[in-house]
Amino acid sequence: MDTIIPHAIEIKNLSFSYEKEQVLTNVNCKIDVGSYVGIVGHNGSGKSTLLKLILGILQPDKGKVYLFGKDNSVSIEWSKIGYVSQKAGISISHVPITVDEVVKMEKVSDYAVDEALTSVHMLKFKHKLLRELSGGQQQRIFIARALVKKPQLLILDEPTVGVDVKTQETFYELLSRLNTEQNITLLLVSHDLHTISHKVKTVIQLDRKTYPYNLTSCNVNHIHSPYAAAH
Amino acid sequence: MQQLTELFQYEFMVRAFWAGLIVAIIAPLIGSFLVVRRLSLIADTLSHVALTGVAIGLLLGINPLITTMICTVVTAYIIEELRSNERISAESVLAMILPGGLAMALILISLANGFNTSLITYLFGSITAVTQQDLWIIFGLGIGIAVIFILFYREFMYTSFDEESARTSGIPVKLINHLFMILIALTVSVAMKVVGALLIGALMIIPVITAMQIVQGFKKSIVVSVGVAFISMIMGLIVSYYANLPAGATIVMTSISLFALISILKRI
Ligand SMILES: Nc1ncnc2c1ncn2[C@@H]1O[C@H](COP(=O)(O)OP(=O)(O)O)[C@@H](O)[C@H]1O
Ligand SMILES: [Mg+2]
Repeated sequence: MDTIIPHAIEIKNLSFSYEKEQVLTNVNCKIDVGSYVGIVGHNGSGKSTLLKLILGILQPDKGKVYLFGKDNSVSIEWSKIGYVSQKAGISISHVPITVDEVVKMEKVSDYAVDEALTSVHMLKFKHKLLRELSGGQQQRIFIARALVKKPQLLILDEPTVGVDVKTQETFYELLSRLNTEQNITLLLVSHDLHTISHKVKTVIQLDRKTYPYNLTSCNVNHIHSPYAAAH
Repeated sequence: MQQLTELFQYEFMVRAFWAGLIVAIIAPLIGSFLVVRRLSLIADTLSHVALTGVAIGLLLGINPLITTMICTVVTAYIIEELRSNERISAESVLAMILPGGLAMALILISLANGFNTSLITYLFGSITAVTQQDLWIIFGLGIGIAVIFILFYREFMYTSFDEESARTSGIPVKLINHLFMILIALTVSVAMKVVGALLIGALMIIPVITAMQIVQGFKKSIVVSVGVAFISMIMGLIVSYYANLPAGATIVMTSISLFALISILKRI
């Protein structure tokens, strides 16, 4: 089966350490196309690191990551992948950059920019300065930038940090719309298990503290969130 | 008006204006991304390294502009390697290399003991001493820098604002960072003859932050910053000629005055 429909993400025996600190040990994971997965874990448990390994920004000590069936150390089809990093919004308040300019960092047509801004309900802010928007609105602009190339997989690192509860609700509505209507595979990282487990379809827990031997392993086809089941 | 035409009777003044205008275009182009990256200090660091280049040039009897370019480009490469390695902060790398460049220049001078006065002109600029050969090099480099800037604008922009996301757009971030560092190095080399090593940083940054105060949009701010640099350059050169003041210092003070003026006007 695996060879017929490749998984959006497949992680095999992945281990990674920064200098002396072993962060991930023997992680195994398969994420199907069309799934909506949340990765949770305490600060410092290695969530961002795992995402960077998936995206090929970091190289593993051991193991492999396959994106849509292709080894990510060989090549990555970036047009299929949208990423919103944890640092996306940092350090831009001193520069008068417009919303339009942020989305256009991707090489796309004006039409596609409008379309992406519309899908996050931010079109009317197109010519506003990014720094004049609220945290939640800025986050939606970065998602528009990730969506503008029409990715099949969208990866978000702590997208709701610093966003109020009400805005978070609209934000999660947007994500589930993307997942159900456009069949975009979503991978969402958060340190807030409680909130996220009500939103996503599957939860992966990544926590060295719960695995004393640094063993983190999952197979999302089999592990389901206790919260998600209740819905 | 008559007096202005008198200014251009002198060939050295004509060359000074040309060199000044080229620098006024490229310095804010590069400076804009330095402001985004909060790396304004890079220009000052490389300009001190440029002094080492000048000393080597004078010592070997080669056009110092050429040895300066070599020194700054090599150093820029080293800075980027150290910076991207993340174990040392960019700030400390610069804080080490800046005095290093100056110290090296001083040692070379004292070894050769003789060309001190010549070096002074590079410290504070000697736009009126721009030779025809200098002008050609400045002209060629200026066009090269501007063309690369335009061709790779999106890549520089994305990488400066958000390195990780830029990577997921398929941009070869490491290569783009090195290319950008080379552009800074070349800009510093070109600008040194005009405003002097100690004042280059000012010319790359002040017009940019002036423009950013009055404009909505990053691209617009770049265009306006070039305009601001142009005005500072022309007014600075004219004032320095008639008031018999050092050109580089007058240009920098003019741009600071423009910045102050706009800050005050914005507030009322
Ligand atoms: N660039 C780095 N160099 C060294 N250690 C790092 C680096 N980035 C993260 N770490 C360490 O790796 C661990 C996991 O970090 P991270 O993946 O950012 O966690 P999370 O995103 O789950 O909060 C932490 O202990 C952190 O201190
Ligand atoms: Mg993190």
